[in-house]
This record gives sequence, C-alpha cells and structure tokens, in this order.
Amino acid sequence: MDQELLLWMRGAGLQIASAVFVLGMSYRMLHLLMLGRKKSLAAARGSEWAGGLRTMWRRSFVLPRLSPRGKFTVVAGYLFHIGFFVTLFFLSQHIALFRAVFGFGWPALPRGAIDIAAVLSIAAMIALLAHRLVDPVKRLLSDFQDYLTWALSFLPLLTGFMLLREIGFEYVTLLTLHIASVELLLIVSPFTKLAHMFSTFIARWYNGAVNGFKGIQT
Amino acid sequence: MKEQETLEQRLSGQGVSRRAFLKFCAAMATMMALPPSSASAIATALAKAKRPSVIWLSFQECTGCTESLTRSHSPTLESLIFDMISLDYHHTLQAASGFAAEQARDDAMKAFYGQYLLLVDGSIPLKDGGVYSTIAGRTNLDMLEEAAKGAAAIIAVGSCAAFGGLPNAQPNPTGAVPVSDIVKDKLIVNISGCPPIPAVITGVLAHYLTFGELPALDELGRPKAFYGETIHDRCYRRPFYDQGKFAKTFDDEGARNGWCLYELGCKGPTTHNACATTKWNGGAGFPIEAGHGCIGCSEPKFWDAGSFYTPLSAPAADVTTVAQAAAVIGAGAAIALSAVDRAKKRKAQQAREKLTVEDLKGS
Repeated sequence: MDQELLLWMRGAGLQIASAVFVLGMSYRMLHLLMLGRKKSLAAARGSEWAGGLRTMWRRSFVLPRLSPRGKFTVVAGYLFHIGFFVTLFFLSQHIALFRAVFGFGWPALPRGAIDIAAVLSIAAMIALLAHRLVDPVKRLLSDFQDYLTWALSFLPLLTGFMLLREIGFEYVTLLTLHIASVELLLIVSPFTKLAHMFSTFIARWYNGAVNGFKGIQT
Repeated sequence: MKEQETLEQRLSGQGVSRRAFLKFCAAMATMMALPPSSASAIATALAKAKRPSVIWLSFQECTGCTESLTRSHSPTLESLIFDMISLDYHHTLQAASGFAAEQARDDAMKAFYGQYLLLVDGSIPLKDGGVYSTIAGRTNLDMLEEAAKGAAAIIAVGSCAAFGGLPNAQPNPTGAVPVSDIVKDKLIVNISGCPPIPAVITGVLAHYLTFGELPALDELGRPKAFYGETIHDRCYRRPFYDQGKFAKTFDDEGARNGWCLYELGCKGPTTHNACATTKWNGGAGFPIEAGHGCIGCSEPKFWDAGSFYTPLSAPAADVTTVAQAAAVIGAGAAIALSAVDRAKKRKAQQAREKLTVEDLKGS
C-alpha cells in the first residue's frame, strides 16, 4: 500500500496538483495583468519604468528603518524565504526533478549548505509563528488564511528535512508525506495569498510605476 | 532418498562435516537476527528434522526463481538443505512427466494432508476463467485452491506469486493476481524478489524446520529478518548519498568514484530486501556493486513504478504535457473572462446617462 500510495503521489497526484497550480496561476496572473488602467491624461512628471524598477529593488534588497518588531519580521521573513528558495532550487534531488520536467538542470549546492539553509528556514518559520501568536497586534491582524499558508509552507520544509535525515519514519513514508505536502501547497497557492510568489514583483513594479509617473521621489 | 533419514545423517552421507553444518546454523541464526544461543537450537532441531513434503506449483512465471535457487552457487549447504526437503512435485526439477507427475502431486497431497508445505511461484490468471495458464488441462486457480486446502503453510516465492509481478503489470492482459488474493484462510509467507535471494528461501525453510512455525512477517507478509531494512539503509554507497554526491551518468567521474546512484533511478531507498547484506552469487556482490541502481524488484507494482532510470524525486508520469495544457487553458480562461469584463464595462459606459448643468438646475 505504501508503495502504491507513493506511486500515485509521484504520478497522478503530481499531475493533478501541477495542473491546478499552473491553470490557477496562469489564469490569476494574466487576468490581473489584463485588468489594465485607464490611460492617464495628465502629463508624465517622471518615468514609469525607472520608478517601477527602483521600487522593485528597494522593497527587495534595502532594509528600511524599522521598529525592533518590524526588523524581526523582516529579517526572519527573509531568512525563511532565502532558505526555502535555496533548498527548493539547489538540492540535487530537486534539480533532478526540474530536469525531468523542464528538460534542463543546473549545478547543485553542497549538502552542508542545503542543511544550513533548511534549518535556518525552519527556525525562522517557527519564530515567526511564535511572534504572530505572542504579539497582540500581529495576532489581531491574523486570520485563518495566515495560519493555513504558514502550515502549507512549513510542512514541505519539515518533511523534506526529515526525509534527508530519515527522521521518525521510513523513507517510503517520508517521501510520500513530503510529496503530499508539496502537492497540497501547489493546489492551494493560486487561490490564497501564496499567489504572491508570482504577483509580488508585479505589485512592486506597479506601485513604483504609479509614483514614478507622478514624479514622486521614493 | 530414505524418508526416515535425518538431515544430519543425510549431510554426513554427502561429505558435509558437523563443523560445516554448525557454521551454516550460526549463519542462519545471524541472518535471521536471532540471538546467538539459537544457533545450537537450530543445529539440534535441524539435525533431527525429518524431510517435510513440499509441493511446488509453478504458474505464470519465468522459472527464474527456480534458477536462482538451483544455479546460483552450487553445491552449497543451502542447496543441500534444499535437497533435504522432499520435493514431491516441481515441474522443472522432477523426473516424472505427464500423468505420473500429476499422480505424484495427488499422492503427496493425500499422504501429507495438513502437513505439507506449499511453495508457489508465478501469478495466477483469473480473466476468461483462468484459461491463460493451465497444467494438465486444469487452470492454475483450480490447482492452487485444491493444493492450498491441505497445506500447513504457503510460501509465495518470487514477486509474481507474492504481489503479481510482471504478469500483473499494466495492462495485465490475463487478469493475473498474487496467491494472497486467492487464498485467504492460510498463513502465506511472501518471499518477494525477481528473483528472490536463495538464502532467504532456505532461511525460511530452516526456521520452519527448527521452530515448527514460520518467521515473523512484515505488513506485506515478508519475513522481517530479511525484509526489515531497505537496500538504501545497508548500502555501502550510503555515505555518498548523505554527502549529496551522485553519479549523473553510468560512465561519468561520479560513477567511476562509486558515488550514489539515486539520480540514475536507484530504488534502494524504498526497497526492502537483504541484497546489500546477504548478496548474490555466493557473496560476490549485488546489483549496486555492479554499478546499476536497485530496480525495487521485491516491492509490489515495481514494473509500474515509472522507469527504472527515473530518480525517486522525479515524477513517475508525464507532468510536462499536463502543465502545458493547463497553462493554455488558464491563459485562455483569463483572456476570455477579461474580454467579458471589458464588454460589461463598455456596456455600462454606453448606458450611462449624461448629467448636464441644466439637469442640476432643474432639480
């Protein structure tokens, strides 16, 4: 049964999850882009592109002056995102998966680097959840979707780390759980705030472009 | 062969010393993870054991399981142990043929009713009344049901008998099923593998002769002593897996350095068998030592688990085409709905009544 479940997860399950993910994401992103805006009749006071690109850069790579609480959220948030990105795209086993799906691959990072990235990422996520629960403002701002998306992002990291180290369960079980958690993430992300994995840079460009057009110095 | 002869007498008659016999018993005890003291218990029990009657039924199979047993490394103590059972019926090995062969099976089943061991290799076809495999005009299903009734225990040898194997692979044209799908009221030991390791079969037989019962089994009916760990857990290339060092092709530097074969499709992590410890061909090695990944032959549905050369982390089905189709449908839906949105907007704009200064003055 274990073997058959794993086979389903690697076969039909992955096909369903990928189909939902790609269909949902391509629909949402394209629909978003095609919403369009009325042509502004005002004279431009600055470049849309310059403003857009500057905001993309500033919001991504420049740490603003923040309160300690804000600083913690930003630093832990970056740690999680970078760790997630590194483990997803630079673990040898994952590259083998991308090679099978896209037809091309790239060099992997050493296992030690992956381990550090994964541990930092997991630790950051736990710290962020704890902070969300303890901090009154954050707790008030959080709704069900925040906790759902936290769990859906956390599970692939946790099961993946357990799988590499064979912690707790057998390899078959851990691999099945890991793939299942990723499939759940793929299925849910187009319909929740997880869609920001594609829309975040578009949104940053858009905000910057609006300000750039008006000539606002950011 | 004299029926009343004990194993020890028989072995000494064949020139096997008591010392060699005891070494074999110790090896069996070790292999089955029994306490060291049980070696002498095995020796005592085996020395006194009478030859049990064994009926071996071969159904939809390739004879590879029998080949594995008889030709792997001969003659050894294992093969002599195999001589020590009274193999009353076996297509490939028996001298009798035709009516005499079937008579021998009938006689053994009557004489040892309730006591004989039934060994089965090959799957059983059920489609179209089971006509795809018959022996002496009888279907495999008919013969298995009859033989199972009087069996003390059933040992399904090889992946076909244990899980359906190759005949059961998609699209399964003969409706092949494993023994466990047909016999529900008897203890069945599954010795899976394509073929299974000879020492595992003799180990199970030795356990049965020694303790009068079959060894502890896992949830798939396989003896835990041999199928308790994965190939990956006991693989000598495991350190390379842990370091993330993988061979990318069968002849690259990694392959020459003996790195892990995971990315070349090795199914070792998900396969339970004793190959990495018991090894093959008299201990000469096992497939991974020969530079090829494990194909997972001792697990159910291994023929349908995608290519032998697809890594476990890669999809077992075509995800690329599905994703491309999904992208086209998603983009199409976005374009269509955007067009609907715009049409609605245009309509609303056209339907809007213009408010003039006169209108305001009038009110």
